[in-house]
Amino acid sequence: MQYFVQQLVNGLTLGSIYGMIAIGYTMVYGIIGMINFAHGDIFMLGGFAALIVFLVLTSLFAGVPVVLALLVMMIVAMLTAALWNWTIEKVAYRPLRGSFRLAPLITAIGMSIALSNFIQVTQGPRNKPIPPLVSSVYDVFGISISLKQIIIIAVTAILLTIFWYIVNKTPLGRAQRATEQDRKMAALLGIDVDRTISVTFIMGAALAAVAGTMYLMYYGVVVFTDGFIPGVKAFTAAVLGGIGSLPGAVLGGLLIGLIESLWSAYFSIDYKDVATFSILAIVLIFKPSGILGRPEVEKV
Amino acid sequence: MASATTTTAATTMTKDVILKVEHLSMRFGGLMAINDFSFEAYRGEITALIGPNGAGKTTVFNCITGFYKPTMGMITMRQKSGKEYLLERLPDFEITKQAKVARTFQNIRLFSGLTVLENLLVAQHNNLMRASGYTILGLLGFPAYKQASKESIELAKHWLERASLIDRADDPAGDLPYGAQRRLEIARAMCTGPELLCLDEPAAGLNPRESLALNDLLQGVRKDTGASILLIEHDMSVVMEISDHVVVLEYGQKISDGNPEFVKNDPKVIAAYLGVEDDEVEDVIAEVEGEEGGLK
Repeated sequence: MQYFVQQLVNGLTLGSIYGMIAIGYTMVYGIIGMINFAHGDIFMLGGFAALIVFLVLTSLFAGVPVVLALLVMMIVAMLTAALWNWTIEKVAYRPLRGSFRLAPLITAIGMSIALSNFIQVTQGPRNKPIPPLVSSVYDVFGISISLKQIIIIAVTAILLTIFWYIVNKTPLGRAQRATEQDRKMAALLGIDVDRTISVTFIMGAALAAVAGTMYLMYYGVVVFTDGFIPGVKAFTAAVLGGIGSLPGAVLGGLLIGLIESLWSAYFSIDYKDVATFSILAIVLIFKPSGILGRPEVEKV
Repeated sequence: MASATTTTAATTMTKDVILKVEHLSMRFGGLMAINDFSFEAYRGEITALIGPNGAGKTTVFNCITGFYKPTMGMITMRQKSGKEYLLERLPDFEITKQAKVARTFQNIRLFSGLTVLENLLVAQHNNLMRASGYTILGLLGFPAYKQASKESIELAKHWLERASLIDRADDPAGDLPYGAQRRLEIARAMCTGPELLCLDEPAAGLNPRESLALNDLLQGVRKDTGASILLIEHDMSVVMEISDHVVVLEYGQKISDGNPEFVKNDPKVIAAYLGVEDDEVEDVIAEVEGEEGGLK
């Protein structure tokens, strides 16, 4: 039982990270109907930005408080990733809007390769480690919960609340939801659609960068290929939860995290990705629109 | 007959023009959908654009509201303040935001997943965004934003009452019956604070009672907000009932322009609607003139 709960905690932590990345996929898909394959690399880039900030901080001010360091890392990573994603949208996706559907998709794959290669060239191809930032571990009824896990789950919960509030309660979120449903009509009501789409990319990137910072803190290492596997997993999470649905993305992320950690714990760690993607396949066969996705009903 | 033309010409001189369309042409490949079409709409009036199917009425609307870039021609919007905008040069969202022209569609285009109230709040997006400091100040709970948000809900409520939809404010817009959706579209367009409201067949598919409610709403809009209305309509009872000025379009060209009474009796219009051969137009003219003579 203890072992099971332990795995649940591990799974939730991992799932939080996937969920934060998945939101970027699902929002961009919702608003312009394209899969931004470069999103996983934006996550990786966020991790690298955090790493650089950490190295600069520790070399300039020895003994900087960990909380402050983490906060600065997160904010700089968010800004950097947001700037990158905003630029990518502007130069690579916007000119292709209104072109055939595959064009932005292929461009996105291109952008993904370009980003990971850019990081490989500028930062080197090896693993980049950082010393453990927080190492305290608490023992709760025989289950060991590390402070890292608590931070990740708390940060995720706070950010998702803010995010939920923005999307559901603010004029910006209303404009995003309106643009998602009918872009042309939203423009006719005076909404600057291009700007709304840019803001969506910025928001998605900021969350991915936080996920990247958390990932760096959790595993203590980041490498230029890190955008791929977590990116694909988060994309899977978005599809599993129902692409286009925000709660779906979070739910999907948590589920993927849980499946992964439980499978590794009870069966084989080598086959954890197989398990994840098999469950995706099964869900898509029986519920093609995902868990919380709205099925597309065509009125006749 | 002749006297009717001179009176319309005379009133034109004194009226305040809100929308001026000059030499508008729109070509789709080899098809000339609109050919050298000019007309004026006056402030505070309801102007109707009528014509047989395929005459190019919706194309004119699409040019005015930035859906299409016209092949040729100029569309000038003159606001109450005297500011002028060339609509064919503005990007689509600026047409509502700056030039204050709003429109509705032939087929309903509500945000069906948003609630009725949210549909009206989306239309006030620019005000709210400015007040919320592009979301950041709003998140921090600045009073200016709270005030603006309260005002926007008040305005939305006002239009919900006008459109008699207040009971359904929190339902998804897609759940409303057809006639109510049409009224909501008009209410939403009014929430953008337009000076010119363009309605594409607002009465299409309405039953007679809904059609009456619509007439009331439109008359109310004009009387209370001073907004001018430009509408496309097939239902002649609506056109003749509420419009002050009628422009008739056929095959992309203007065939008649004047008050409803004048247009109704214009032989060219009758010919266009009843489908008379070109060489028979003369006969119809003779017939109409004969009838008028008989009445006198």
